[in-house]
Amino acid sequence: MKKEFGGPAIFLDRSDINTDEIIPAKYLTEVTKDALKPYLLEDLTLEGFDPKGESLQQARVVVTRENFGCGSSREHAPWVFEVNGIHTIIAESYARIFRQNMFNGGMLAIELPKADIDRLFALQRSGSVEISVDLEQQNVLARSSARQESIPFEISPFDKALVTAGGWVEFADARY
Amino acid sequence: MGKTIAEKIFDAHLRDEPFAGTYVLDLDRVLCHEITTPVAIADLEWRGKDRVFDNTKIKAVIDHVTPAKDSKTAMQAKILRDWAHRHELHDFFDVGRNGVCHALFPEKGYIRPGFTVIMGDSHTCTHGAFGAFAAGVGTTDLEVGILKGVCAFRKPRTIRVNLNGTLAAGVYAKDAILHVIGQIGVNGATDRILEFRGPIVEAMSMEARMTLSNMAIEAGGTSGLCLPDMTTVDYLWPFIQDDFPSRESALEEYRKWCSDDDAHYEQVLDFDLSGLEPQVTYGYKPDCVKPVEEMAGSRIDQVYIGTCTNGRIEDLRVAAAVLKGRKIADHVRGIVSPATPKIFSEALNEGIIQVFMDAGFCVTNPTCGACLGMSNGVLAEGEVCASTSNRNFSGRMGKGGMVHLMSPATAAASAVAGVIADARSL
Repeated sequence: MKKEFGGPAIFLDRSDINTDEIIPAKYLTEVTKDALKPYLLEDLTLEGFDPKGESLQQARVVVTRENFGCGSSREHAPWVFEVNGIHTIIAESYARIFRQNMFNGGMLAIELPKADIDRLFALQRSGSVEISVDLEQQNVLARSSARQESIPFEISPFDKALVTAGGWVEFADARY
Repeated sequence: MGKTIAEKIFDAHLRDEPFAGTYVLDLDRVLCHEITTPVAIADLEWRGKDRVFDNTKIKAVIDHVTPAKDSKTAMQAKILRDWAHRHELHDFFDVGRNGVCHALFPEKGYIRPGFTVIMGDSHTCTHGAFGAFAAGVGTTDLEVGILKGVCAFRKPRTIRVNLNGTLAAGVYAKDAILHVIGQIGVNGATDRILEFRGPIVEAMSMEARMTLSNMAIEAGGTSGLCLPDMTTVDYLWPFIQDDFPSRESALEEYRKWCSDDDAHYEQVLDFDLSGLEPQVTYGYKPDCVKPVEEMAGSRIDQVYIGTCTNGRIEDLRVAAAVLKGRKIADHVRGIVSPATPKIFSEALNEGIIQVFMDAGFCVTNPTCGACLGMSNGVLAEGEVCASTSNRNFSGRMGKGGMVHLMSPATAAASAVAGVIADARSL
């Protein structure tokens, strides 16, 4: 089933945020996605960021920098976002396995050039940012109280098909 | 134009190209452990598709937390165990016969040149040492691999890494790969395949090549391949001797996978490692790398020797040579974890286990253990570990803990000195 994309954004201003920071290994003993919910980004140390804070709880979109999700192959990383209602991540680049895990689960890992990511971060300085995603038109619309940015994005046809199908199991099962 | 080894493997395994640039490959091996597989099993059950595509190509092991430490890890093991028995997997390794996946599966002869291999574990790139395309994947890719025997990848783009010169005495594969990652960065090979070449790689044992390939992911690499040669054939010979009339004929067959001379590489990187010093990491990313002398004297609380990077018999021999006749510092806790039962037995027979015990090390069963802070050997807040593992992320070995990555020789020397130390000047 296709997921909802867009909503209030949280900004994580650092490159190379790794899977151990997103969900520490000690929680990998859980065998359901829902059990991961309280631990999102628990080990991320970043100025102004509180893993228990309201802005993370309300967020439906993450905006961040380079090589997001590097490290482990654990799909618990996308899952912990999913069970917290975050189905969209917008970054300059991703670690391969994390990006594939996002699309495989029918979620969106949008990649934008640095200049566009900088525009989103600049927008955030004028207040909270609400992002809507038009997957069909491949466009991100980001609004703050002051102004808005409309940014087109690229997505491979395969990744788009996975999101539309609801994930890789659905896609593969219908085809192979 | 010629092809790289990865391109040849992709061509030979191509099942489907659903869109330009997306390659769905047939899989020769789907490897499973108890942390990332149970959710895939549960999802297959929920979908009413609790099947496996081939019970001879799927291999499973309990390795991350073993023997189980609590009810939750016992349940993870049980889910994997029940599933393996239900589908009559030919190869499933439970307590007593189990070891760290990326040491155990190669040791059993399961990985061959030209194979496609996936596992729900990022260090699956280790198996590239055999000239296989081996990639870590998430649980959903694993689930489809189990059910359909396929996995999707983007077009393989290869960075050729030439390791030139010769490694000095006391400098090892771990130092070489730490240096390479330090130079290209944790994002330096993202979405790329690393192909390790050059005289240093050619002179390496399979164990050393596995150390090299193991850390390809720490530069973001999808896989890290070495070309098959006589060293590969010799390692595999006990498993393939019925398939080939001679080692030479096996080599001739395997050589077909080797990259052509006129293959296209996205990038070619040359490293002259003749003057390389032992390397140690200092930060919370594997590309924060310095020569050991710049880190020497830095206090440590724990030393960990083992893991899929450096828990093989050669590694234990190197560490034991440093430790022989010495004691570890009073304030240091030494932990050694031979990566498989076979390695443990060899170490016992060679007297290596006694050397570790005489030095004051705790010898654990084969397991991933402390590396990712899931079971024995977790650090307390503020503690520091000198480790032969592959990842030094903040909190990796326990919240608030710090990990310095290094070779088994440097780790053993550091255990004795009680601070980070160069084994060559002990």
